[in-house]
Amino acid sequence: MWKEKPLGTVGAVITLILLLTGIFANFLAPYGMNAVNGTHALERPSAHFLLGTDNLGRDMLSRIIFGARVSVIVGLTATLISTFISTLMGVLSAYIGGTFDLLLQRFVDAVLCIPNLILLMLIISMIGPGLWQVIVCLGIANGIGGSRMIRSLVIGIKENMYVQSAVALGAPTRKILLQHILPNIMAPIIIIFSMTVPSVILAEAGLSFLGFGIPPPTPSWGGMLSGNAERYMVQAPWMAFWPGFALALVVYGVNMFGDALRDLLDPRLRGGVGHYGQRILKPRRDK
Amino acid sequence: MRIYIFRRLLLTIPTVFFVTLIIFLTIRFIPGSVIDLMLAQYGSPAGITKIDRQSLEHKLGLDVPIYIQYGRWVDNTILRGDLGKSLWENTPVIDEIKARWPVTLELGILALLVTQLIAFPIGIYSALRQDSWGDYFTRSFAILCIAIPTFWLGILVIVYPAIWWGYSPPITLIQFTVNPIGNLRMFIVPAVVLGVSGAGGNMRIIRTMMLEVLRQDYIRTAWAKGLRERVVVMRHALKNALIPVVTMIGYQLPVLVGGAVIVENIFSLPGLGRLLTNAVTERDYPVVSGCILIIAIVLVLINLLVDLSYGFLDPRVHYK
Repeated sequence: MWKEKPLGTVGAVITLILLLTGIFANFLAPYGMNAVNGTHALERPSAHFLLGTDNLGRDMLSRIIFGARVSVIVGLTATLISTFISTLMGVLSAYIGGTFDLLLQRFVDAVLCIPNLILLMLIISMIGPGLWQVIVCLGIANGIGGSRMIRSLVIGIKENMYVQSAVALGAPTRKILLQHILPNIMAPIIIIFSMTVPSVILAEAGLSFLGFGIPPPTPSWGGMLSGNAERYMVQAPWMAFWPGFALALVVYGVNMFGDALRDLLDPRLRGGVGHYGQRILKPRRDK
Repeated sequence: MRIYIFRRLLLTIPTVFFVTLIIFLTIRFIPGSVIDLMLAQYGSPAGITKIDRQSLEHKLGLDVPIYIQYGRWVDNTILRGDLGKSLWENTPVIDEIKARWPVTLELGILALLVTQLIAFPIGIYSALRQDSWGDYFTRSFAILCIAIPTFWLGILVIVYPAIWWGYSPPITLIQFTVNPIGNLRMFIVPAVVLGVSGAGGNMRIIRTMMLEVLRQDYIRTAWAKGLRERVVVMRHALKNALIPVVTMIGYQLPVLVGGAVIVENIFSLPGLGRLLTNAVTERDYPVVSGCILIIAIVLVLINLLVDLSYGFLDPRVHYK
């Protein structure tokens, strides 16, 4: 694995570290996420506070570790919602076709033409900021846009003989969709899932940065870079650097992991003729 | 061709309808109503009576059923081109937008330029040297571009020069017509920050397309004829790799506008994005809906142009 996909392996390791950090945040963080050390405000990185403290004297490292939890929760749940909506809309739109497809796709066009961030800002100002609000909004907004890709896949599969013969045999629509079409788009769905996770994490951070995401006391990497923090950044540059660095590292890792996953799952994208397949099969046969 | 353009135009009508519906419904359902905000701001809390509220609702046109409000809004905005007045400033929304859009446009164009200036050279290079160390390096760089959040890069660009050289970006807008060089100097840093985020995705598309085209027979023929590398790459390969790149630019524009909102906020550029953020916070419905409507319609039109441009880029494309 390391030899064939070095970057993918690095990505997988980063993804795994993110997951574990998110799950075990309470055990890993040296201080509580909102533990205020009044006398230690704006302290440089030191042995006590590895990444320094912020303007309220909260340990940056602990807050970044708890921020990982927010990123994991948002990344996974919002992507689950988004993938579900994409699949549902895409499959139905492609399978039913006709006027329904035409109108639904114009709706998708409309959503795609309103910049995602602006749409999210609007909806969140409508229902109020908060973790679950952000997750649901991100899930829905991304899901509608992502349905395009599923739709085009299903349109291709719909023409296959086995689908047409199932229709001719009088199989119920539900059965055709679940047994004949869904299994055939599983690989692309997993790929879309892995590509959506980093973009959702970035979007959450962007929203929190603008003040439309997760409200302040909860540490979110985007939120840590905005609001009051901005005033102290020249004085305490570690406040500006580390949350963004964590975010960039995670997005980089998950992207790399997703890329490798795509190469593995989608035979059309594998480099060369059987190049990747052969190399990965060999060691298995030896065993 | 003419029939295709006509059909394509016809299809934009339902899209624009959905855009207006989404904007209108979202804005009208924002709970904390502007009336509460205004009464809290201007009236003494004890003196707010039902009469005040009703007269204010009537004045703002918020007292009729929602479909009539929608009808009025469409009638005014789409049919008469009147976007209404700002609820707070009482100035026409169209004037606010007119004052702001050149900033966003300049930022967007410069950022797009930066994106392509990064993406094209390294995309072509990494396709030509596939699986070399140069290729790995440039591809990692591309993913780095995608991974670095725009707002973090923006903050670093403001914080570190301030620490090292005591430099801070200018706060007031320098007009291009007054001082072109000062204006460009002011815009170039935000444009680079915004442009970098798009470069990674574009570079990857260019690389993939170049790889595909470089394997075609006519490229081998071009090599066999003894043409120089520059001619083969630039004239024969690149031209045919362009279509997905143009499509990609069309798809990226909404992301670019979203990024512009962030960048304008970080660098305090008085563009549409900043206007929009403020308006959303203040629940200034007409400004919000006006801004998003203009942005969405511009994006619909650009996507239309992108679709139509295929015919010019690739003569093999025939419109039916």
